[in-house]
Amino acid sequence: MNQDVLLRVEDLKVYFPIHRGVFRTVVGHVQAVDGVSFTIRRGETLGLVGESGCGKTTTGRAILKFNRPISGKIYFDDQELVGLSESRFRPFRRRIQMIFQDPYASLNPRMTVKETVGEPLMIYRLSRGVNLRKEVQGYLELVGLSPQYVDRYPHEFSGGQRQRIGIARALALRPDLIVCDEPISALDVSIQAQVVNLLKELQKELHLTYLFIAHDLSMVRHISDRVAVMYLGTIVELASSQDLYAQPMHPYTQALMSAVPIPDPKIELQRNRTILTGDVPSADNPPSGCHFRTRCPLATEICATVKPRLNEVSAEHYTACYMISKGG
Amino acid sequence: MSDILLSIENLETCFRTPEGTIHAVNGVSMKLEPGETLGIVGESGCGKSVTMLSILGLIPNPPGKVVAGKALYRGQDLLKMKDSEIRHVRCSEIGMVFQDPLTYFNPVLTIGRQVSEPLEVHRSLSHKEALDQTVEMLELVGIPRPKERLNDYPHQFSGGMRQRVMIAMALICSPQILIADEPTTALDVTIQAQIVELVKSLRDRLGMSIIWITHDLSLIAGLAQRMAVMYGGFVIEEAPVEDMYAAPQHPYTLGLLGSLPRLDDVQGRKLVSIEGLPPVLFKKPTSCPFAERCNFRIERCNLENPSLRLVDKCHRVACWVNPETRRENQ
Repeated sequence: MNQDVLLRVEDLKVYFPIHRGVFRTVVGHVQAVDGVSFTIRRGETLGLVGESGCGKTTTGRAILKFNRPISGKIYFDDQELVGLSESRFRPFRRRIQMIFQDPYASLNPRMTVKETVGEPLMIYRLSRGVNLRKEVQGYLELVGLSPQYVDRYPHEFSGGQRQRIGIARALALRPDLIVCDEPISALDVSIQAQVVNLLKELQKELHLTYLFIAHDLSMVRHISDRVAVMYLGTIVELASSQDLYAQPMHPYTQALMSAVPIPDPKIELQRNRTILTGDVPSADNPPSGCHFRTRCPLATEICATVKPRLNEVSAEHYTACYMISKGG
Repeated sequence: MSDILLSIENLETCFRTPEGTIHAVNGVSMKLEPGETLGIVGESGCGKSVTMLSILGLIPNPPGKVVAGKALYRGQDLLKMKDSEIRHVRCSEIGMVFQDPLTYFNPVLTIGRQVSEPLEVHRSLSHKEALDQTVEMLELVGIPRPKERLNDYPHQFSGGMRQRVMIAMALICSPQILIADEPTTALDVTIQAQIVELVKSLRDRLGMSIIWITHDLSLIAGLAQRMAVMYGGFVIEEAPVEDMYAAPQHPYTLGLLGSLPRLDDVQGRKLVSIEGLPPVLFKKPTSCPFAERCNFRIERCNLENPSLRLVDKCHRVACWVNPETRRENQ
């Protein structure tokens, strides 16, 4: 096995049952994640982008066993995680942490900063008493907060500061991998840059690996080494962020990029936009074959048959589209 | 000054809270010409929405109060109007679109009823005429099969479609001005692009003026002709969009543009971050509200609040310091 690979996800599927009626019978499944495969190398940042409902958060949560996949494999440091019992998984939970989207909902309002950041240390019996307090203060400093804040409650902080507390909590167990689930989308523009810069510095300092989930393509480009684009439960394109943004291949990626505004009126005037029509189809009954075919400008009959697989079209640049693998 | 459609002068709005009075808007002046699109940009709490709600009489009193200023629409002061008059203005002269369509609609009334109601009340059309016009309007904003959807309820529409219905409702009495308060913030980028294109085409077709409020500087670049940046309840910079993006003058605008990742960025650029937090306005600021976070700060910034002054044709800035020389402006 490749030593460089920290996390490998293979054909992951997470379905949620839909219950109806008095007897709560299962009438269908929301196919939130429908066959996703990717790897994350040690020390890199993989960006996972897509619109709401594409399954990017579900993918991230499945890695932490927050939801149970119906099939597929997740290897972390060559150890398969999906079948593990909760007790066997515990050591891995220490090494995989998460930063959540909403800094208002992800902190317990009745716990002080010391309790929130210190709790994981206590659970894993890594620290207690006076040492615990000191260690928590150390982590606060690391994320750019004053150590004096240690006895305060979440409501005394702004959104950006709360997100820093969430980051401190994730760092407390010295994890290898951090799943960042839209960590900045609830913050103001000027504060977003503060948090992104902090995440980048921490990565360098502590040799962290990130799975960075976001919907903001410009921000993902900024922080990621490689980027995977998701649509309706599947990855449609995966490449280094340089390649992907210079030469998006999948029609969905192209449309997504052309929808992102650029802060320059001159460029905006000259841009040729591909505007997608319609909405994303429902994930409980996705289109047959390629999930994107109903909104795709290039779609032909073949697209409706079997779901296209991710193909390497140039070095390290993968895309799942019939029109491209045929040279179109 | 006949070519000014809307002119806001020295508007001030406060909110009384148990912790003290918050001075949300502290003397904002801006003008809107016919057919023009004005972008108002700022972070949350800078007073951009409150300014617009104030001029339309939509600030709940108490706790809010418009304490000073004028809002002249075609020579008439909106702030002095009676409830019935301002209601008429809100319907047929100035339409407004909000961020979250689901909280704006009444969930137990059909879309057809809600969109057509202004026509019956303010234009005195019959129910049937009103419904016919509603169908036309829904078609114009791109709702597929509008006739069949008249009897649907708001929750039966997707986020993007709901926003289209809200635009239809704002435009149903053909207003002169459309105020859009972060209408695309809750939407995905591809749907945002659809809505922006829709509003642009409607603007060209119906010839209305637009005030577009947003925190997204990228969005304004391709949409507005002129923009105003707000901070701490003040307009701190105002210019045509080309000038604003090519040569921003105020340190806050410079910081905002620098903190923005771009799709066409060079790889590895470090984002400029503006340290610190926006002010909480328990006192009306007497010094520059941005001074605390500003890298260009000089002594004068802590003593006096700069007012907007002209630096270039049509480009106005409220700052004591010239960002190029880092010296005090004369």
